[in-house]
Amino acid sequence: MSHSADRRDAAWWVDRAVQSLVFVGGISGILFIIGIFIFISKEGYGFIVSTLDFGEFFASPRWRPTSSHNPTYGALALIAGTASVTGLAMIVAVPFSLGAAIYIGEFATGKTREYLKVLVEMLAAIPSVVWGFIGLSIMNPLIIELFNVPVGLNVLNSGIILGLMAAPIMTTLAEDALKAVPDTYREAAEALGATRWQVIFRVVLPAAKNGLVAAILLGVGRGFGETMAVLMASGHSINLPTSPFDSVRALTATIAAELGETAAGSEHYQALFTLGIFLFIVTFVINLTADLVVRGVRKQRP
Amino acid sequence: MRKTLMLIALVAILPVACGRPADQGQAGDSSSRKVIQNKGSDTLVNVAQAWAEAYKEVNPEVAVAVSGGGSGTGISAMINGTVDLANASRKMKDKELEQARANGHDPLEHVVGFDALAVFVHPDNPMDAISLAQLAEIYGEGGTAAKWSDLGVQVPGCDSDEIVVVSRQNNSGTYVYFQEAVLGKQRDFRLGTRDMHGSKDVVDLVEHTPCAIGYSGLAYAGEHVKMPCISSPDGADCVAPSVATAVDGTYPIARPLFMYTSGEPQGIVKDYLDWVLSDVGQCIIVEKGYAPAKPVSCGGDAAAEAPAEDAEGEMTEGETTESSEADSADPQG
Repeated sequence: MSHSADRRDAAWWVDRAVQSLVFVGGISGILFIIGIFIFISKEGYGFIVSTLDFGEFFASPRWRPTSSHNPTYGALALIAGTASVTGLAMIVAVPFSLGAAIYIGEFATGKTREYLKVLVEMLAAIPSVVWGFIGLSIMNPLIIELFNVPVGLNVLNSGIILGLMAAPIMTTLAEDALKAVPDTYREAAEALGATRWQVIFRVVLPAAKNGLVAAILLGVGRGFGETMAVLMASGHSINLPTSPFDSVRALTATIAAELGETAAGSEHYQALFTLGIFLFIVTFVINLTADLVVRGVRKQRP
Repeated sequence: MRKTLMLIALVAILPVACGRPADQGQAGDSSSRKVIQNKGSDTLVNVAQAWAEAYKEVNPEVAVAVSGGGSGTGISAMINGTVDLANASRKMKDKELEQARANGHDPLEHVVGFDALAVFVHPDNPMDAISLAQLAEIYGEGGTAAKWSDLGVQVPGCDSDEIVVVSRQNNSGTYVYFQEAVLGKQRDFRLGTRDMHGSKDVVDLVEHTPCAIGYSGLAYAGEHVKMPCISSPDGADCVAPSVATAVDGTYPIARPLFMYTSGEPQGIVKDYLDWVLSDVGQCIIVEKGYAPAKPVSCGGDAAAEAPAEDAEGEMTEGETTESSEADSADPQG
């Protein structure tokens, strides 16, 4: 069993092969993300350098890439659309997912807990086009009926849909964060005579704060990048929203609706890739922040 | 040991799994059927499908694969060289022709029919006639009509009085034509229009929204939307959208429908296009609610051949969809 050079039998080769396979798998994530960034940058680069006016891009709502006499590329309304829908989605999702996480993590026991966890995970697996369909065919007439507005495809509709879509993954992450709080904390608090609610509110939630913030941030990232449901439920209208009943258009929806119809390499095509670069950077920063926040947790506790 | 075996099995399966799509591709290529790729205009997609369907019986050897997506889709596919026939409800722009030539394609235009662009409102909307100037105020940037009362109309069921302006996504040929014909080349659409992704979506939304106004090809008109006639600025005469008024040129917003080929059509593409422009093909486009590229007579239903002479006068009152259809069919009946 000594470590000798002649040990190059089948097992050795298998070991080598598996090692390199696992290595490729391990670094593929990095390769893909770099590859994607290079690809979208390359497609949008010409436009960013030659035509793009940053002032117009971030300050003007005029997104008129196909205008025959004066094409304008203002993304403000699209950014506002995405931000308003995501913001409303978080207002919907945060209480739901925190409540669900606290119940599953702290109160529910035995079978109830197991069933709930499975159900929440199943909720996360519903395809986004199905959510979009719910927005279009159920929420739309409901909103028209309840609020007496002309069209039910708006910030409210897509915000609620997106909130429900983001809630399951946020619940799972938040529950993990609560579970990471050591039981000794709870026991110590209970020994001091704290009630169940005091234990959760004063001890467990503060201790799990970073993990909860990360869960919310990942939910925001999910909302920012969601396309299909938002395309179907938001009304697809270039607008700076002033109320939840305004129709808006999201960055992702704009890319989805227009990219298939542009000639590769045209200015419009490159402008859409510029939107893509912007989206990529925003979601990257959000995810990175979430990751750093979680890392903060790990450093605190040896 | 079991793990090792599983890994070996996995490694053995991988190439097989990866190889599969290629095998299928080869099987497709080796088949004897020839395929014409036909893509583009949403306005034309129904009739393009009907042509493809009927052509199966003319020449079973050739399959025509039709998909929609909008004129922009078809034209960009022509520029990128991925289609044989691009459908478009607008002309290719000079810039697009340049791009195509730069890629080694020389798009050639063929008019295959005409389409009247209808304006839709909710059936409860009392408005019977609308002028191009009014449309421009509703749709154009800086337009003065944001509420129905601005047009002197009160719409039952539309409490907010807001005009819900329904338009198309900005690469649609219908969108581009509407801009040119109604707003003029120098004026843009206002911001805040609901940009639908297909003609059918426009009709659906208008059907369910009392406050809405929209536009699309006449062929997409349903029974549950109302089509006001288009009046001249002084309101003297008003022309209802119909195949007949599109053919005789009295309807102000009718446009040619195109198919583009890369260079002179050859082989199966030429045969197909010739058939589309033949009497049989042209009768199919008439059947689908469009006007033909040239006068044809299609047994009994020759709406296109002899446009109803009395159509103009009678339409002034603003008729519903059903009665205007009846009018154009009657004279031949």
